Amino acid sequence: MTTAYKTVIGLEVHVQLLTRTKLFCGCSTKFGLPPNSATCPVCLGLPGSLPVMNRRAFDLGIRAALALNCSINKFTKWDRKNYYYPDLPKNYQISQYDLPFSYEGWLEINVAADPKKDYVPKRVGIIRAHLEEDAGKNMHDESGRGGDSKVDLNRTGTPLVEIVSKPEMSSPAEAVAYLTELRLLLRELGVSDCEMQEGSLRCDANVNVHIPQADGTVAATPLVEVKNLNSFRAVERAIAYEAQRQYEEFQKTGQRFGDVAKATAGWDDARGQTRIQRRKEEASDYRYFPEPDLVPVTVDDAYLEEARAALGELPIAQRARLKSDFGLSVYDADVLVRQGRASVTYFEAVAAGSGDAKAAVNWIANKLLQTDGAMEKIPAERLVGLLREQKSRGLTKQIAEQVFDSMLADGEDAATVIGKLGITAVDELTLVDIIRKAIEANPKAVEDYKKGKVAAAQRIKGAVMKETKGAVKPDTVDAMLATELAKL
Amino acid sequence: MTGVNRTAADLIAAQQAGESAESIVTAFLDSIDSRESKVRAFLSVDRESALEQARDVDTRRKSGKPLGLLAGVPVAIKDVLCTRGQVTTCGSKILEDFRPPYDAHVISALRGADAVIVGKTNMDEFAMGSSTENSAYQVTRNPWDLDRIPGGSSGGSAAAVAACQAPLSIGTDTGGSIRQPASLCGIVGLKPTYGRVSRYGLVAFASSLDQIGPFSHDVTDSALMLEAIAGHDPRDSTSVDRPVPKYSNSINEPVGPLTIGLPREYFGEGLDPEVESAAREAVRVYEKLGAKVVEVSLPHSRYAIAVYYLVATAEASSNLARFDGVHYGHRAKDFDGLIDLYEASRGEGFGPEVRRRIMLGTFALSSGYKDAYYLKALKVRRLIKGDFDAALRTCDVIMGPTAPTAAFRVGEKADDPLAMYLSDIYTISCNLAGFPGISIPCGWTRGGLPIGLQIQAGPFEEEKLLRVARMHEQATDWHLRRPTL
Ligand SMILES: [Zn+2]
Repeated sequence: MTTAYKTVIGLEVHVQLLTRTKLFCGCSTKFGLPPNSATCPVCLGLPGSLPVMNRRAFDLGIRAALALNCSINKFTKWDRKNYYYPDLPKNYQISQYDLPFSYEGWLEINVAADPKKDYVPKRVGIIRAHLEEDAGKNMHDESGRGGDSKVDLNRTGTPLVEIVSKPEMSSPAEAVAYLTELRLLLRELGVSDCEMQEGSLRCDANVNVHIPQADGTVAATPLVEVKNLNSFRAVERAIAYEAQRQYEEFQKTGQRFGDVAKATAGWDDARGQTRIQRRKEEASDYRYFPEPDLVPVTVDDAYLEEARAALGELPIAQRARLKSDFGLSVYDADVLVRQGRASVTYFEAVAAGSGDAKAAVNWIANKLLQTDGAMEKIPAERLVGLLREQKSRGLTKQIAEQVFDSMLADGEDAATVIGKLGITAVDELTLVDIIRKAIEANPKAVEDYKKGKVAAAQRIKGAVMKETKGAVKPDTVDAMLATELAKL
Repeated sequence: MTGVNRTAADLIAAQQAGESAESIVTAFLDSIDSRESKVRAFLSVDRESALEQARDVDTRRKSGKPLGLLAGVPVAIKDVLCTRGQVTTCGSKILEDFRPPYDAHVISALRGADAVIVGKTNMDEFAMGSSTENSAYQVTRNPWDLDRIPGGSSGGSAAAVAACQAPLSIGTDTGGSIRQPASLCGIVGLKPTYGRVSRYGLVAFASSLDQIGPFSHDVTDSALMLEAIAGHDPRDSTSVDRPVPKYSNSINEPVGPLTIGLPREYFGEGLDPEVESAAREAVRVYEKLGAKVVEVSLPHSRYAIAVYYLVATAEASSNLARFDGVHYGHRAKDFDGLIDLYEASRGEGFGPEVRRRIMLGTFALSSGYKDAYYLKALKVRRLIKGDFDAALRTCDVIMGPTAPTAAFRVGEKADDPLAMYLSDIYTISCNLAGFPGISIPCGWTRGGLPIGLQIQAGPFEEEKLLRVARMHEQATDWHLRRPTL
């Protein structure tokens, strides 16, 4: 990446809360129902209908905010954001304006150059998290002539929490790291399933660049909000594109932050380009005012204590503990934590049962997590069994993995599989016999060995291992082979 | 009292004595038929459905089944409350064909009380007005003088009761829309405490001010009806979860000792002398009954109209945004693009007063003006409530005239919105404070027009309010008057 400028990124993330029903009515939030089937007078905005807050949505919002280390407003209210759009049947959105339920938090992300190898933590500040209702979905041309435009109001009124970060990310990769960590946290806490494809996690990026000038000052470019980012990949590409575009535009226009109003841009994934849609000065005045149909919400210390206690161990604490208690590297710890609480618990059981944390994490990272559903098919105690068999029988890695694959396929424990595969313990006399046969079958290797090429013994050893299907400890073979060769 | 001149309590007693609900309801439907050409109180009457409900009450009575509080009593409904499957217009062209798929809470409550809903009544469009002249459909006349307005915005409901087309009706009150027409039509009208009656299914004008309440010939009937419609409703977050007293049981118990507060601001400039003397005479009735009278002050009430026309219009500008021609209601036939669809549908669908208030409210909330108008109005609203709290520390109830004048002529103030707004000068503060208020008849002008006395009390003191009102009623006979039509 060029060092000609520094990218500055703030993210606004909308997350759909995992409630069964909508934020202000009893309609289902299920994805993929027939159009307009999950609607009622309230979410259709019919005259006379009134909203009633879904307490569960509020609780989930609090859970998210606490996990993001936010302060909680003990008195929070709802506001109306007024604008006209056909997917918003009331023509106002119930949201939170000047008293959001939470503010000022942070999220720790991994900013290592290679996050697959290292873990370098960085805290990204959270400005606020607030609750609001979702709009419906328009399928339209905007001419409004006749039946061309269609609106599906199933999504209308779905509970969202909007999480606004500080502009503290400085590369597309950091933005992706932020989203990755946020998604992990919210999924782990049951706040949201964060499925970008289904729209339950949506991201807008506020981007500008800081360009060092010859006189030692730094020029900041005008802010652009890039919308419609439907995948982590799109977030990464759009930010990279937009930053470079702003840098190039600055070279041409010299326009700085404050010279023009913030602009909104769309991301065209097919063309790989951002496109400026409008400057905010042309945007509507939302005329926020307190929602008179809802009462303010107050929370007390007891409620917050309970909510905090229910959070359990968050990813950041898990990483630290895996490092200190099991001696895992930050990277190994992160591999487990990234997969969620279930894999951490699994690891703990295997590490404790086998007494070998390193082997446990290797098995989990390299085998178990590579296969969907492996954790259910091979419960922790069975993996412990495999690790024990491997150690006591001196199984090679290949053989152990073969056993693992059979366990996965047949749902049986290690001992049973080993029995089935005919991997039996080989007694010493038999082994001596096998070794002698191998020596006879490899005269060239023996000759080389005698000439002082010690490595030639490996060829004979290979034949032995093949014959015993790996069911003997390699060092035993080494020792016995050395003895037999010495006899020659 | 006989025939359609009777009160709801009379009709309940008559049914217990053997008169059928069907014959009662038939008599009122006939009264609607014969008087409607003069009064024009109703936007729709469902004769068949009303008779069916009446016959059902009769059947159940015969078979000894339990019946509700208002069994067989005809009730008229302001057309701003949703009735399932029946057109609910709000007095507006924009909802000309709108049939809600659900009943408002009060409608369910009335049906649960076995009341017979006879029809929907005329109103100022979206309850915006004080004369019912802003209806998109018709001008309702004051039954005491057909050249005059019945007050508003619940003018149809008030006129229907005054004209004996129904013994009870439902109105809504955002700035005086029950009490002022009750006063102008010579009947009782009660605005309960904000939160006492669920607003679910009430098409909102100003959500933080709207309340639903009864019209009746006398205080006892209003107590009965309030009992039927009050109470907590989980569908309205602002409805308050407090027990509903049996208002009708305690109604005849006088309140004593009683201290009445007379706000000096309610007896000043702009008050018609005949109205003032009738109100003062009513206070003397209480004095004769042993009440003590003190002067109180509501110093911020002079800002009440200004505050009201910022708060109410701001909320209205948002509440009425949903009428856009997209999902339901009137859609313009010709339009070019989405914005034009909005503009044309709303421009055609809304009348001038509604458009005026939407513009006013939109302006009051606009960036750059919100602090000076809307937010300042909210601050003054708190001061107005503070005035009531302070005054009610020195008295039990606050009394004064309900409206500064008796009913004015049709068209008299139609072109002068500000003069029209002043008609609510004594009633508006009560909504801003959220307190209950009642208007009862306390005299007639020499020209034969009714005059109302307003009584206001603290939050959730409806029981006291009704008992105090009943004291006056028991000592006078204004509530027995019926117009000749
Ligand atoms: Zn719904």
